[in-house]
Amino acid sequence: MKANLFIEWLKSREGIYYVLLALLLVVVFPLALDSFRLNMVGKYLTYAFAAMGLVLCWGRSGILSLGQGIFFGLGGYCMAMFLKLEASSPENTAIQSTPGIPDFMDWNQLTALPWFWEPFHSFSFTLIAVLAVPALLAFIIAVAMFKRRVGGVYFAIITQAIAAILTILIIGQQGFTGGVNGITDLRTLMGWDIRTDEAKTLLYFVCVGMLFVCLIVGAWVMRSKLGRILLAMRDQEDRVRFSGYDVASFKIFVFCLAAMFAGVGGAMFTLQVGFMSPSFVGIVPSIEMVILCAVGGRNSLLGAIYGALIVNAAKTFFSESFPELWLYGLGVLFIAVVLAFPDGLAGLYRRYVMPLESKLPAILRRGNAEAQTLPVEEAK
Amino acid sequence: MSPSKQDFILAVEGLTVSFDGFKAVNDLSLYLEPKEIRVIIGPNGAGKTTVLDLICGKTKATDGSIKFQGKELTKMSEHNIVRAGVGRKFQNPSIYEDLTVFENLEVSYPAGRSVIGALAFKRDAAVIEAVEEVAETIFLTDMLHQEAALLSHGQKQWLEIGMLLIQKPDLLMLDEPVAGMSVAERKKTAELLRVITENHTVLVIEHDMQFVGDIADRVTVMHQGKVLSEGSIDHVKQDPKVIEVYLGH
Ligand SMILES: Nc1ncnc2c1ncn2[C@@H]1O[C@H](COP(=O)(O)OP(=O)(O)O)[C@@H](O)[C@H]1O
Ligand SMILES: [Mg+2]
Repeated sequence: MKANLFIEWLKSREGIYYVLLALLLVVVFPLALDSFRLNMVGKYLTYAFAAMGLVLCWGRSGILSLGQGIFFGLGGYCMAMFLKLEASSPENTAIQSTPGIPDFMDWNQLTALPWFWEPFHSFSFTLIAVLAVPALLAFIIAVAMFKRRVGGVYFAIITQAIAAILTILIIGQQGFTGGVNGITDLRTLMGWDIRTDEAKTLLYFVCVGMLFVCLIVGAWVMRSKLGRILLAMRDQEDRVRFSGYDVASFKIFVFCLAAMFAGVGGAMFTLQVGFMSPSFVGIVPSIEMVILCAVGGRNSLLGAIYGALIVNAAKTFFSESFPELWLYGLGVLFIAVVLAFPDGLAGLYRRYVMPLESKLPAILRRGNAEAQTLPVEEAK
Repeated sequence: MSPSKQDFILAVEGLTVSFDGFKAVNDLSLYLEPKEIRVIIGPNGAGKTTVLDLICGKTKATDGSIKFQGKELTKMSEHNIVRAGVGRKFQNPSIYEDLTVFENLEVSYPAGRSVIGALAFKRDAAVIEAVEEVAETIFLTDMLHQEAALLSHGQKQWLEIGMLLIQKPDLLMLDEPVAGMSVAERKKTAELLRVITENHTVLVIEHDMQFVGDIADRVTVMHQGKVLSEGSIDHVKQDPKVIEVYLGH
């Protein structure tokens, strides 16, 4: 029975979109791209995690965060700390004045590993921390803001300020964080060299797998009653409050979930790119994440993934050819999306491509009844 | 003799709220008996909406007490006031335009109100039955699967009333439920209110005197944040104070 339902779902419109995405990421890209380019796609995808979080938190719930880089960075730093400790074994660092601690600590005259680095010797702790550290900070921010009914622009500005503060903190505490260079020269994951082409290809697949886990969690949340409450809250907060809901707790939940998504993305970034630095934490990456989400369509999880792929590919292309133009291009893109197509690529797709789908074979038409922006409860 | 305190479902005493020194509600007292329909009337700016805001916790009182079924509401959070059995309809229809009529009612259904509860919530037979029953009461059975944005103004007002009904509140507060409605819609709304009042206590703000006469057990006239007069519709209509400030201009 369960298996039948799953097959039915795969044949629905939504199911087909998921299958197509999986084909693109698991078959087409690995076949079509060399290992260097594939690794770049993997890097682009790490932003899609943050963008999917923004779909839940901004598109669905109306909470604009200009600080998702904070959580991306925290997830990334957690992973980097583990990898750095592994790369700093006493044998590898024998020439330092204090062997066994990361090189940048030695350069900064530290003689012992700071206490908060200690637990990152453990891989299981690190995996938990990748989720828990972003979630904890998000929880603190969200409780402080949403319990006081701070929202809208004020909330956006505060998240941006926190992103700026965190960057300054990381840069300033060089001995503990590696400063402006970040945590570099990461080598192995439990003895497995992550710098080889084979490792990078495998990590790409891990990244795609994690992406689908987050996608499914996000889709499940959106189609639950909670997803409908979030949407209701975005449009009529008072009506939700005076229907007996503690609005703040729902905002806290969705903000923490978005932070965890970003944290996973950050950790996958560190693994695939091989370092983490403050330039992925601050205001610029945070705004880029919002733009990816807006371009893809802030109400669509799939849109966020395509948005991340397309905008990042464009970024690579432009910054290779006309580096000085990229930031302007990004600004123009954002304004164009906000003014002309507020629902991004997903909205354009719905308006222009979906009508054409009826000309496709019957199998693609099955889900037509469910074609809309809102989730429909699965038949039981 | 007036009934003892225990007989009131809602007892408001000495209620005062001051916005930067301006007392929108000033030492107001109001007592509602169970299953009563009370209508509050009064000129614009009299403080009627503010009274509802105070009862449902949207505005915090500067002074005074609001006892509802023995609970002091002035110290409770909004969602706990709702959970204690107070439902409130806003003056402008506030419904969820992007959700269907069904989903609007479902979101209002009093189960799965916590984060975990909402994630685990299942659309089971009891939910569907409750939604369909309310939809019938509010004349929207045929529109259940339409997006709420497509409803007419009057239908949106009914939907919001339905969203309250599905919560089975003990006290229902409606702020100008027939404002902006056509004559036919007013008639249907009066009919709807009669059904509702069979098993709810209702506090309504309304301007339309015809409508007030149709539904009210008792009428409270407010003026400048205070109760000017109270009693049957005929009583308040003949009260010289009322004629002076409200009806006679
Ligand atoms: N939050 C507020 N801050 C300041 N003044 C308010 C607030 N809410 C209501 N008022 C004022 O209180 C008075 C009563 O308003 P209201 O209760 O809406 O009147 P009514 O519903 O009887 O027309 C008005 O003068 C209004 O301007
Ligand atoms: Mg009013």
